[in-house]
Amino acid sequence: MELTKLTIKQAHEGLTKKEFSSVDLAKAHLDKIKKIDKDLNAFLSVTEELALQQAQEADKRIKDGKATELTGIPCAIKDNILIAGQKCTAASKILENYVAPYDATVIQKLKEQGIVMLGKTNLDEFAMGSSTENSAFKITKNPRDLERVPGGSSGGSAAAVAANMACCALGSETNGSVRLPASFCGVVGLKPTYGAVSRYGLIAFGSSLDQVGPLTKSVYDAKVIFKILIGRDEMDATSTDYKFEDSDVSLKGLKIGVPREYFAKGINKDVEIIIRNSIKKAEDAGAKIVDISLPSTEYALAAYYIVATSEASANLARFDGIKYGLSVDGEDLLSVYLQSRSKGFGAEIKRRIMLGTFSLSSGYYDAYYKKAQETIRLIKDDFVNAFEKVDLIFAPVCPTPAFKIGEKTKDPLSMYLSDVLTSGSSLAGLPGLSLPVGKVDNLPVGLQIIGNHFQENKILAIAAHLEKN
Amino acid sequence: MISKEEVKHIAKLARLELTEEEIKKMQKDLTEILNYVDVLKTAGVKQRPALTKSQRRALPDSSNLRKDEAKPSNLASEIVTATPDKKDGFFKVKPIL
Repeated sequence: MELTKLTIKQAHEGLTKKEFSSVDLAKAHLDKIKKIDKDLNAFLSVTEELALQQAQEADKRIKDGKATELTGIPCAIKDNILIAGQKCTAASKILENYVAPYDATVIQKLKEQGIVMLGKTNLDEFAMGSSTENSAFKITKNPRDLERVPGGSSGGSAAAVAANMACCALGSETNGSVRLPASFCGVVGLKPTYGAVSRYGLIAFGSSLDQVGPLTKSVYDAKVIFKILIGRDEMDATSTDYKFEDSDVSLKGLKIGVPREYFAKGINKDVEIIIRNSIKKAEDAGAKIVDISLPSTEYALAAYYIVATSEASANLARFDGIKYGLSVDGEDLLSVYLQSRSKGFGAEIKRRIMLGTFSLSSGYYDAYYKKAQETIRLIKDDFVNAFEKVDLIFAPVCPTPAFKIGEKTKDPLSMYLSDVLTSGSSLAGLPGLSLPVGKVDNLPVGLQIIGNHFQENKILAIAAHLEKN
Repeated sequence: MISKEEVKHIAKLARLELTEEEIKKMQKDLTEILNYVDVLKTAGVKQRPALTKSQRRALPDSSNLRKDEAKPSNLASEIVTATPDKKDGFFKVKPIL
């Protein structure tokens, strides 16, 4: 049996039947990382000691009959989520040697389940990017085609799962950062409803949008992790008391909205064929397909970039060379700030801090930040209207499959356009899942399933039905 | 086109020190991005009715706030440990007077 190919469900069965131990499982994944990650660069650090210690504890728990479905399961963690005592860099030089003083709430929850943490995965610096090329340390490659990007910003997490270096992973998303790499690498990725999962211990980027979500090999596995992550946390005032209940909704009679704006010009023809084909399959299984319009779609990406960068400019003000990580000595306090930030931040971070500072600055606030916030209201209204008519929305995650490394790094705007089809649902705080449904040549294509607030149960139920076909 | 002076002014507000080369590139990139963002000007934002409670669900609920009370925490020493420059358990900064 090849232990690294197992899903959470299969690994759990093997562990409880004593076919192998959690230590065996952890070692198999650690060996795989040693063997192939030099070509993929999915990990920034491998926490071997922690993993083996957690695996031993998991084996004891399994022996005592106290195992849960996640006990002993090897998991990779995006390196913007804090694990106490481990380095957390956010793929930035400014945090290169930063050791996390506490566990993120999601990490605490996974530890309570007895999960095994293999290491920290690569990302675009501070999760700002769509390709994982903005990491200050290394460029992660797409395991399906080494000349291509894995998507971003959770590219390391998606690549680790796709290449069987981890059974599952945590990523984070502000706009597209779980769904896009899931689509490009051919794994399942779930971006929860804003407020479903605590953000405590997730390094902040755009606080009104950030969420932690799972990347997995199956829809069932995404559900297992999601159910553990959710709920009210007193350390995050935007987290919600959320009880997940399995949904028995089926494709028969389900109303699926297909937004015509998401198939506008610019979509790759082969991607469109694959997505239309999935929609047809759902229709053949009894779903009712409804042509819908989300008329404010054309504003979503622009509004997103103003709001997210504005929030980022405030969130990243804390990196000043005093409290964390890199500090460059200067003659006075101001020069310590200026030099630490100028040396510590990469080009994309500076660009976004500049854009956000500009949007919030006197004279431009009304025309940019305020205007973007007003536009978000229109975008939310579109979805409110849509969900009066339909149960779920189907669309592509991205207009194209994975692009080549270096293809978009020179032109920031062309990179931003990769997120055009996830912007609307991100701004509206809606949950969305990427399900692998086909390939263009060897490159995976993800179907995006968007649901109404706190209806992850419906998304997961329907994704599981589609996964079987 | 965003001027060089504007870029310098924003950089100052953002506490960033940019090289001449970075300023030039920033001028070009910000101008391109802001040209794209100009699409927002065509958004027909008119007076909208207030959001209903169900529409607001994804927004933070102020009744959700925990009580503001002091609790023991063991984090202080770990947080100071992660600081680049420290003395006797405190952050050390340059004099500002």
